[in-house]
Amino acid sequence: MPETPRLSAAASRRRLLFGAAAVSGGAFLTACTSNEPKEGSGGQAADAPVADDKPGKPVTIGFAGPQADHGWLNAINVNAKERAKKYKDVTLAITEGSNDTAAQIGQIDTLINKKVDVLVILPADGKAMTQAGLKAMRAGIPVVNLDRIFANPQAYRCWIGGDNYGMGLNAGHYIGEQLKDKKNAKVVELAGLDNLELTKQRTEGFDAALKNYPNIEKVARQAAEFTVESGQAKMSQLLQAQKNFDALWNHDDDQGVGALRAIEQAGRDDFFMVGGAGALSAMQAIESGEGVLKATVLYPPTMAASAIDLARALGQGKGVGGMAEFEIPSSITLYSAVVTKDNVKQYLPTGFK
Amino acid sequence: MTQPATPARREGPQPLLDGGGTGPGPGPGSGKSASGDGGAWRGRIFRADVRTLSLIGVLAALALIGGLTQPDAFLAAGNLQLVLTQASVIGVVTVGMTFVITSGGIDLSVGAIVALASVWATTVATQEYGFAGVLFTAVIVGVGCGLVNGLLIAYGGMVPFIATLAMLASARGLALQITEGKTQMVTIPSVLDLGERDAYLLGVPPLVLVFAAVTVIGWLLLNRTTFGRRTVAVGGNAEAARLAGIDVRRQRLYLYLLSGLCCGIAAFLLIVLSGSGQNTNGNLYELDAIAAAIIGGTLLSGGRGTITGSVLGVLIFTTITNIFALNNLESATQQIAKGAIIVAAVLVQRRTTSTP
Repeated sequence: MPETPRLSAAASRRRLLFGAAAVSGGAFLTACTSNEPKEGSGGQAADAPVADDKPGKPVTIGFAGPQADHGWLNAINVNAKERAKKYKDVTLAITEGSNDTAAQIGQIDTLINKKVDVLVILPADGKAMTQAGLKAMRAGIPVVNLDRIFANPQAYRCWIGGDNYGMGLNAGHYIGEQLKDKKNAKVVELAGLDNLELTKQRTEGFDAALKNYPNIEKVARQAAEFTVESGQAKMSQLLQAQKNFDALWNHDDDQGVGALRAIEQAGRDDFFMVGGAGALSAMQAIESGEGVLKATVLYPPTMAASAIDLARALGQGKGVGGMAEFEIPSSITLYSAVVTKDNVKQYLPTGFK
Repeated sequence: MTQPATPARREGPQPLLDGGGTGPGPGPGSGKSASGDGGAWRGRIFRADVRTLSLIGVLAALALIGGLTQPDAFLAAGNLQLVLTQASVIGVVTVGMTFVITSGGIDLSVGAIVALASVWATTVATQEYGFAGVLFTAVIVGVGCGLVNGLLIAYGGMVPFIATLAMLASARGLALQITEGKTQMVTIPSVLDLGERDAYLLGVPPLVLVFAAVTVIGWLLLNRTTFGRRTVAVGGNAEAARLAGIDVRRQRLYLYLLSGLCCGIAAFLLIVLSGSGQNTNGNLYELDAIAAAIIGGTLLSGGRGTITGSVLGVLIFTTITNIFALNNLESATQQIAKGAIIVAAVLVQRRTTSTP
């Protein structure tokens, strides 16, 4: 059970400060009681060599992703390429994206034969691609597994990805906080493709968060298909079925374009809407403040840039900045921040088309 | 021009007419007898009516279910507008598909053509030319793809299944290449306005008007013109049609052109409806259109086609989706029920049409 994240950034900062104060206070007291000589006490963090912007050992990173057939995946490619360009010591070997597992396995084989130093793999299907990850690891090429996780932890050195459950959780908490003083509040959910596990995780998180607010009832849930067309179709049906409700969570900003179109066509503005993923058009709508879209929960495509950073650190045998360890972590789950009018400015550059 | 169609007309639907002759059914040798022909016609019209009535019955049953489960939401005028609007895009595609299937062909590329046309018509460059530019591009791209399909099938000798499958792959690929996976927003107010409530004419959305117009034109074309009779003839028995003097190849070319044209129109409707163009548009339209045509009573093997049936088929599917959404049932249940209803509808039709 993941810890319930707080919504307000201020609150978590306060907690962090308090925690840091407590720890450093404790450390100070501990230090005062010590009679040991300062050097060689053991158990302390040394200054681990971390990867920074300075050029280091040259690293060739192989990147294999699925076909960029929608906005988010395209943003993944762009993020990876741009990040690699930033470093003089990084060469990026990128393959043609493919949604076909067999084709992607072939591409990874090619990258293994090319003897790249590190592989970054966003599999079309995580479970189905496990063997390809294992093969690379056995060939001595460390794998950074991006977002869709392999079935076997031996198939990757490091996993970095988004938090679908957390996305639902944060959307639910945001809506809950907005509606907590309203009696018998009604919420509607426009889910993504129901065939995908991630859609179920998002819904589970959303339901779990809403349980904290007994005054809120989820009155309807329909699944669209991540496309504008399906978003428009499903949303117009939902609007017909639910004559009044207070809030809507839409899993995906791409289908949200269609959902917003349906809302506009129905002439409805009696509720507010929260999106998902973080598309540029959604962020612009949030910034304008007009219309029903008031927030979106991120599933940041910047994770591809972070994956390049991790791969570079792996290739250079360094740890990552801000952490004490000598090596990069084995697993990183990203936080699904809630973008609202108050903080949208800082997220705008990450919005994808 | 009626003479060439006569033998073919008999070739196709004959097995289905068995046991159903109400009039003096035409014997094998009575091809030139005018009265025999008229009898067959009466029989066919009677059959067609029973089939249509059974579809209307299914639709009425669905409406009853909808009205009983969600009396307020389902029976509202707004919901009728909604169902008809949602039916418009796939409906126009299905009319084109009906012609192709009637001629014994198949067009698997309709969804991909809709995607490509909708994407091409919403690029920044196209949108500079305004409303007319978007409409023109959508239609021309549709017709262009249909032309390629038609040439490959009619003159290249390719099997329709393969030629249109190739078109499916390449049109989707091209659509992806144009968009790079991005959603292309429409910025032209006149295009967007057409999909809004203010544009309704006496309560009828413009999209529905286009759908109605395409349906009426399609019906006239299939039932009241030489073009329609040639289509049925080619589907019934291409060799007989050729011997009777029909240019089968040119006819096939025209039919795929027609299907492409319908896809272009549908793409424009989709642009208006969703306010955008995306390479994922028209996903699985080919299956929806074929399913609607088949439950409508068009023969997959060719030789018989009905526009009325196809349109009723589309309306049945759209109504099912609507009822399920209004009752907040999950998509897994929706899919299972959809499959069951296809089977039920076809079985019911068989039953009603095989009893004299």
